[in-house]
Parts: sequence; structure tokens; C-alpha cells
Amino acid sequence: MAKQVPDTRNVGKDAMTAEGTVNRAALAAIFNPEDLNALEMALQMKDRLGEATVHVLTMGPQRAADIIREAMFRGADGGYLLSGREFAGSDTLATSYALSCALRKINPDIIVAGRQAIDGDTAQVGPQVAEKLGMPQVTYAEELIEIKDGEIVVKRRLERGTEVVVSPLPAVITVNSSAKECRPRNAKRVMKFKYALATSELAAADEQCRNFIDERPYLHIVEYAAADVNPDPEQLGLAGSPTKVKKIENVVFQAKEAKALTAEDADIESLMVELISSHTLG
Amino acid sequence: MANFFSDNKDLQYHLSHPLMKRIIELKERNFADAGVYDYAPQNVEDALDSYQRVLDIVGEVCGEVIAANAESVDKEGPRVVNDHVEYAAGTARNIEALIEAGLSGMTLPRKYDGLNMPVTCFAMANEMVARADAGFENIWGLQDCAETINEFASEEIKAKFLPWVSAGATCAMDLTEPDAGSDLGAVMLKATYDEAAGVWRLNGVKRFITNGDGDISLVLARTEDGTKDARGLSMLIYDKRDGGVKVRRIENKLGIKGSPTCELVFNNAPATLVGDRKMGLIKYVMSLMNAARLGIAAQSTGLCEAAYREALKYAGEREQFGKPIIQFAAVAEMLKNMEAKTIASRAMLYETARFVDIYKQLNHISHERSLEPEERQEMKFYNRLADGFTPLAKMFASEYANEVAYDSIQIHGGSGYMKDYACERLYRDARIMNIYEGTTQLQVVAAINHVTKGTYLEQIMRYEENTPTEATKAMFDKLVALREVYTKAVERVESIDKECAGYKDFHARRLVEIAGYIIMSHILLRQAGENEEYVAPAQIFVKYASKKIVEASSYIEQSEASDVELFRA
Repeated sequence: MAKQVPDTRNVGKDAMTAEGTVNRAALAAIFNPEDLNALEMALQMKDRLGEATVHVLTMGPQRAADIIREAMFRGADGGYLLSGREFAGSDTLATSYALSCALRKINPDIIVAGRQAIDGDTAQVGPQVAEKLGMPQVTYAEELIEIKDGEIVVKRRLERGTEVVVSPLPAVITVNSSAKECRPRNAKRVMKFKYALATSELAAADEQCRNFIDERPYLHIVEYAAADVNPDPEQLGLAGSPTKVKKIENVVFQAKEAKALTAEDADIESLMVELISSHTLG
Repeated sequence: MANFFSDNKDLQYHLSHPLMKRIIELKERNFADAGVYDYAPQNVEDALDSYQRVLDIVGEVCGEVIAANAESVDKEGPRVVNDHVEYAAGTARNIEALIEAGLSGMTLPRKYDGLNMPVTCFAMANEMVARADAGFENIWGLQDCAETINEFASEEIKAKFLPWVSAGATCAMDLTEPDAGSDLGAVMLKATYDEAAGVWRLNGVKRFITNGDGDISLVLARTEDGTKDARGLSMLIYDKRDGGVKVRRIENKLGIKGSPTCELVFNNAPATLVGDRKMGLIKYVMSLMNAARLGIAAQSTGLCEAAYREALKYAGEREQFGKPIIQFAAVAEMLKNMEAKTIASRAMLYETARFVDIYKQLNHISHERSLEPEERQEMKFYNRLADGFTPLAKMFASEYANEVAYDSIQIHGGSGYMKDYACERLYRDARIMNIYEGTTQLQVVAAINHVTKGTYLEQIMRYEENTPTEATKAMFDKLVALREVYTKAVERVESIDKECAGYKDFHARRLVEIAGYIIMSHILLRQAGENEEYVAPAQIFVKYASKKIVEASSYIEQSEASDVELFRA
């Protein structure tokens, strides 16, 4: 699973709208960075297993097919674009619901995703998908140690060290940014897959292009509309999203007036008293 | 995300040159591969789009991986472990990234798993790699050896080695020996045919071998017992997996420290003959060297780019007397000249690469079928230009790399002399570029023939057929006048040389430089006519070029035949 996100790492002054929402037009749409770590881990699984295939599932507008192509350039075999206005306005609950519906249809042996996306920073979608599909989940994965029939061994990056866990498969693995960086785009793959299109893109293409892709099924990115994944409409999009944004505030960090202290005991004591009374200490 | 392709408009400009269309048609043999390989292009636009995308990958790997490793590679360098080279950790990571990105075998045909890209694109990739780390460019750029294998070796050798290059095998060309540097005819490494094993056996020592422990080595060796000159030398191919070659030491160099320069000891190492006996130096090494010279021109241009950018960045940040130093005229002038030299190097490099591409492809095609009369004509035409322009491209780019790196340190002031900034590494790295693959002095020896034969003058006259624009008219007229200065200087030198042998040799560099300055200026003028962003750099370069031409020509004017004696050692 991967997500196309606005590039919030290089924000200019026009990154936010006056209303305090993300100005998507001003920010480049990129492959969510931790999803690239996840892609790398998935490709490593394929490298070790030999016969496996890696497909990317993303939910988003038509242009999100860009990240599926990007994944194909880096080694993925193909992808699924889950797209439609029914999905608009989804919070993490509705997103994970929609994704899990698609995943039931795709029926993968293992699901790998980035820990979190840089636009929402929730880290909820991966675990929610695991819950909905009734699969075990391994979060904060940093390194694939072993994968074999029905079992995966993964090193997790935790706050105070690492932990190696064994999980039965199928499972959902969410990958940390400390995991190996994704391999680069591959020249031959780029040349091979550059014309890959999702169904709705294909419909808009000219006849020559359609014929070209019809002759080459590997260039066809599967696209699912809501109806294709048999969802409960009540759980989709805004209707299925209990998260309500009450207020958005611009937080401005301001340096308050500095206070000069000497090394005298009296000054240090007054500082201690002040810090304790403001609950900064103690 | 640093990307050395997308951040360089000048490089992208050269990819859109009109000659690329012809190059692609030849390279793709009318798109015969389209139905056979899923990554082959369907037409010219498709091929250009693929080139652009592949070069974008190169740019990203260079900007994100190779450049980031350059400093540690320079510090750590390679080592000899158990008679073999162990690369610096960063070098190994660079190789891994380039293999993952599928950037090996860039110019090789698809039937050997190559990307089938033109030499021009390979030069662009080399330029970017060198901008990221000039020393690493040597290791990676040596995949060029595969071109020579592809051109001259048997199908059996090609089928064995070329797919391996495409999979990332590194190469070396083992030419130099302790007593055979510029004079390769003196090579003594002995090759004897082992009847029992059906292989050649190599015995002897090679020195100064870049990436000497590469997977595949092309070795220049003496197959003809008792001979002493070039006619006894053949080219052989050695597979590292067969064993028999030890790395005795790695040289401790001033720069390009990540590139292992090896002394090799051959002890009955098995090898296979490439092409015909006795043609090693005469034919194959000449081809290898021409390609390698273009490679150094690309490496030098990349270094110019890196050194210029470092200086530009520093000059914008460093404040003295209350303002960034870039605002001082003396600094700004240096920067503008550095930029103009970089753009001129690049212009010369890709003009040459395009000539090489057309010639080489027609030459390849001539082995597949007989050429039409006009194709034969075309091949001859571009062969002559490629031969004439290659030494110029190598000579100017490598000298400019040194000049731009020198100025880059100057702009950094005292800080530039410290190890804290990249400019000192660039300065050290640049110093070899006008030495190896033929010193500047040897490029002059190759180029002076084209002064005499008129290759340069003919091409200058062709440039003069272009119609100048309003913006370039004044410069254009100046170049026409300078061309007259050139022909006069050539006439004077040739007429005195008739009476005083050695006079032409004495002025060879001056004549070659005058020709080169006029040619580079014309190419920049053409670019300025197409894109106004080149107008200012062209103006700056033409000012610089005319100063240099006046200097050289006035020296010649005042030089008497007796100068030959005066300067004799």
C-alpha cells in the first residue's frame, strides 16, 4: 500500500491556504517517503522468494497512478488504483475500510506499507487495515530478516532499541524510515513501463495509444471504482469518517524575552523555584 | 532531492540538438528492435523520451548517492587485500546503486542486454558522474571498453563478455608499462600461445592501470616474439575469474583518490585474442583511446560544472565589507568566465560526441550490409570531423577543468585552501585530466594534422554558412575576421616550416588553440542564435577567445625561424 502525498518536506510560504489547509497545488505530489521504504522491503521479499510478485495498491485521484508507475520503474510488477468520488474526504478509518475492501478482492499473501504518510502523520491506516482483515501486524519494521512459507521474521525499530519478531502470514507490515532506502528507478524498467496507464487514463488516451497498451497487458494498471470492491457505502468517504476537524490553528513559535542569570546561588535558586512552580521541573 | 540532470538546462539543451534525430535513426536501425524488446523505442520521439528519462535517473543517482559519497571516498580510497583491490565503502555503494538503476552497458546493443544509447548520452552520463565524483567516473566510464569489444571482437567473445558488462562488470584497459607511457609501441608484456590449453598466456608488468583489478581487462601485449615496435602488439582480453594477475600496489595519488591506479603482475594469466594479431596498438588501442579521450572531455566538463557551482554558491553566501563577495566586480568576472568556459567545454564535447555517434553507427552498419554511396560519404565526412574534434574536446575541456578548479579555490579564498570545502578536492582531481589519455601536448600532435589538412578550416567555413541573428551578428563578424587571422598564421608557419624544419611543431599548440577558440565560439554563437540564454555566455567567451587568439597570433607573427634553435633543449 502506498500513498501519493504533497511534498511537505520542502514547504514554501504558500504551502498553506488562508483557511489553514494544505495548499496541494503549491506542493509537488510525491511518493510518500516511508512507502518507498516499504516498497524496497517488498522487493527484497521478492528477491529472496524468487517467484513472488509485488503490486502497489493506492487510493487517490487519477494522478495517483503516477506513484504506481514510479513503483513499477523501481521493481513492482503492477498496481491497483482505487479511485472514485465516493472515497473523497476519507479519514483514516474510511481509508482503511476502502483499502481493506480492495485487498479482500486482491487477496495478497503479505501486505507492506509505510509507517505513516507525511501529510497526515497518523500511522493509523496500516494497523487499521490489519484489524479489518483480521491479520497480525508488525509495525516499525526496519529490516527483513527472513521470509519463508507462511512466516516472516522482521526487525522492528523501537524507541529504546530493536526487537526481532516472527509473524505468521498473511500479515501487515508497516515500515519505518530507518529501513533501507528504496532502490532507484531502473533504466530498462522505465523504458518498458513508461506508457503504463490506469483504466480511466486509458479511456482518455487516443486510439493508437489504446491499441499499443492492449497489445501489452503489462502496461495496464488495474483501476477499481467503489462498486468494484463491494463496500458498504455508509463506511466510505465523508460518511464513513468520524473524524471531524473542529478548528485549525496556526502555531507560531515565538521567542519570548530572554532572561539573563548570573552564576550566583541566589539567581540559580530563583530559577529552580520558577521552574518547579511552572511544572517544568519536578 | 538533488538531480544533476534536471538542474542542468545546458545539458538538456544538447539532448535536443537536431542531429540527435539522425543519430537515433542510425542507432535504432529504423527501429528494428521495437517488436523484439519491450524496452526498445517505437520512433524518434519515443527514443528521445527514453534518453531523457534514463539521464534523469543518472542525474538522481549522481546527486543523491555518488556526490554524497565523494568526500569519504576521497579520504578512504581503495586498498590492496590479498593481491586484489578492495574499493572504498562509498565506491562499492556507488557501483551497487548504478547496477540497481540498470545503467551498465549504456551504449551496447540490446542483444547483449545493453540500453543501446548513443555515445552522446553516455558522455552526458559520464559528465554527471564526474560532477558528483571525478575519480569514480573513471571506474564507471571504463564500461566504454565494451564498445571496443563490440567493434572488434569475435561473436564468441562478445556473447561471453558483453552481457556481463551490462550486468555491471567493471572494465580496465591495461596499456601503460613502466617504460611505455606516451610511447605505447614500447610495450613489452609478453603473450605466448599455450597450444595445450588453447589460450594465450600473459607474463609481465603493467603500471598506472586505472581500475586494474576490474572484472574484464583489455590488455596490450607483445604476441610477436623478437619484435620491438607497435607492429608486434596485439589486444587480448582477460577474465578476472580465471586468475593469474596480482595487484602489487595501488599508487598514492594527488587526486582522483577513489580510482584505484594499479601496478599489475601477470603470471601466466590466460587470455583470448581480440581481433587480429599485430593490430593491437595500430587499430584497437587507437579506437579505445579516442573513446577514452571523449570520456576525459566529459569528465573534465563535469568537473568544471562542479567547481563552478561550488564557487558560485560560496560567493553568494560569503560576506565581506557588508555584502556577498559575488557583488564585487573582480569575483563576478571570474565567475562569469568560469561559467563561459564550462558552457564552451560542454558545447565542444557534445558537438564531438554527435560526430562520433554518426560515424560509429555507420561504421557498425557497414559490417552488417554494404553502405549506400551517400552513406559512405556521410561516414567519411563524420569520421574526419570526429578525429579532428576529439583531441580538441579533450584538450580544451581538461585545461578548463584545471583553470576553473583553480579559480574556484581563489574565490573561496583561504577557506578554499582548507580541507573543509570540496573545491580543494576538485582542484586535485582536475590535475590529472590534461595528463592522462594523452597529455595536452599529445592532443596537439593529433590535432595539428587537422590544421594542416584543413579539417578545422573547412568546418569553420561551414559554421560561417549559418545566418547570424541580431544578437550574434557582431560576434559573428568578429569570428570571420579571426578566421582570417587563423589562416594567415597557418600560412606563415607553413611557409617558414618549409625552410626550417621544426617551426610548425614549435607553433603547433598556438595554431591548434586558435582553431579551437574559433570553433568553440561558433558553436556557442549557434546556440545563442537558438536560445537567448546563451547570448551572454557567448559574448563573454568570444571576448576571452579573441584575447587568446590575438596573443597566440601575435606571438607567431613576431616569431622568427631562429626560435626553433632558441628553444631547443
